[in-house]
Amino acid sequence: MTLNPDLIVRFSAIHRLQWEEAQQKDVILYPEGMVELNQSSAEILKLCDGSRKPEIIVADLEQKFSTSGLQKDIFNFLEIALKNGWIEQH
Amino acid sequence: MAGLNNTKATPPRWLLAELSYKCPLQCPYCSNPLDYAKHNSEISTADWKRVLSQARKMGAVQLGFSGGEPLTRQDLPELVCHARQLGYYSNLITSGYGLSEDKIIQLKEAGLDHIQLSIQASSQELNDYIAATESYENKKIVARLIKKHGYPMVLCVVIHRKNIHQMEQILGMAEELGADYVELANTQYYGWAHKNRDLLMPTKEQYEKAEAIAQAYKEKVADKMKIYYVIPDFHEDRPKPCMNGWGTTFLTIAPDGVALPCHSARELPALDCPNVNDFSIEQIWNESKAFNFFRGDDWMKEPCRSCDEKDKDFGGCHCQAYLLTGDMRNADPVCSKSPDHHVIEAAITSAQVSALSADEKPLLFRNSKNSRKYIENNELQ
Repeated sequence: MTLNPDLIVRFSAIHRLQWEEAQQKDVILYPEGMVELNQSSAEILKLCDGSRKPEIIVADLEQKFSTSGLQKDIFNFLEIALKNGWIEQH
Repeated sequence: MAGLNNTKATPPRWLLAELSYKCPLQCPYCSNPLDYAKHNSEISTADWKRVLSQARKMGAVQLGFSGGEPLTRQDLPELVCHARQLGYYSNLITSGYGLSEDKIIQLKEAGLDHIQLSIQASSQELNDYIAATESYENKKIVARLIKKHGYPMVLCVVIHRKNIHQMEQILGMAEELGADYVELANTQYYGWAHKNRDLLMPTKEQYEKAEAIAQAYKEKVADKMKIYYVIPDFHEDRPKPCMNGWGTTFLTIAPDGVALPCHSARELPALDCPNVNDFSIEQIWNESKAFNFFRGDDWMKEPCRSCDEKDKDFGGCHCQAYLLTGDMRNADPVCSKSPDHHVIEAAITSAQVSALSADEKPLLFRNSKNSRKYIENNELQ
């Protein structure tokens, strides 16, 4: 499964993205498991809300953090997220 | 409590709520204690809500509703609802027995995140024999309803000598039922499984063949079904890092409110496991003798104490050390460095002899009659 730049990205219906107060971290929860996220991964996943294509996610984050050149890192992460089933494309 | 106060303990992440020891199934490898029939009191709905709130406040986030059969508790939807409000990810670990479509919908609305359904074999005859309850056809109906209502589903199959030959069919069945994950749990020999070990333990050849089938299937279904393979530790050279380290991650609360660092710990002597009726979860986790007992490595004897792998496996499983060597402080005898490692080899040989014998003794099923017999005689046979 590889990332399709022309399709919108949506966070998986069978995972949950949640802020954990005790750990001061965003985490992904799934059956009997948990992945702790760093801040940049969490920022990317929060934009996988079913309204944006990958390049829009890049543009929105570059604007939010007043920077550029994030495309490669973000696409790499989305690729991993897709492989792990955290996000979906239809 | 015992005057201990371990402020350096990491907070619990996983809470296993064993709501009841009642179960309509009688699986002969059940991890519940052999004497469960004498622990027949159950804490109240209000007690469970307090436990959930206190553990969540400390940082627990994964919550398993288990048992016995958790569906025997009529307050399950109320507890699920409370758990959802607290922000837990709730897992229902069930036999599926008595799980109607109405209940599946009700639990979803209450906020249940996931259902793990057990199935005993890929054929009706063997499933119903192992469960000692007619349940196969209903489990398949329940599996389809779980997926129909949008839950992620783990299909859990405990693997042993009576069903290991069905590995290919079990995987086919899981795929056909739409499982998102299938857990192939090689039997761990505690509780009832320890008593039935000669009849349940497969040969090394059977394990190797089954594992090869599971690995090949993993690649075939990589994108749609994840396969968890729980290793048979009797055939390993090193023990498993039991519970990810004692008192570091996992907290089990038994039906009567006893707090356990691992769901088998009730079998261990002199731990004085505390009860949630007497102490808060924070006191239990940080201060109790039971939860501090195997924290760190001060408790270790040789060969663990000077072992360069002690931070990797923490000496292995203390329940296994106790059951097989008589001392829970000993190294898990699965380890090839253990001076007691020969008991593992003897167990493998004994199971092999039993498998080849023409008149194997019958399986001892997990039920109240057999549990009471064990309590009376302190033995089953």
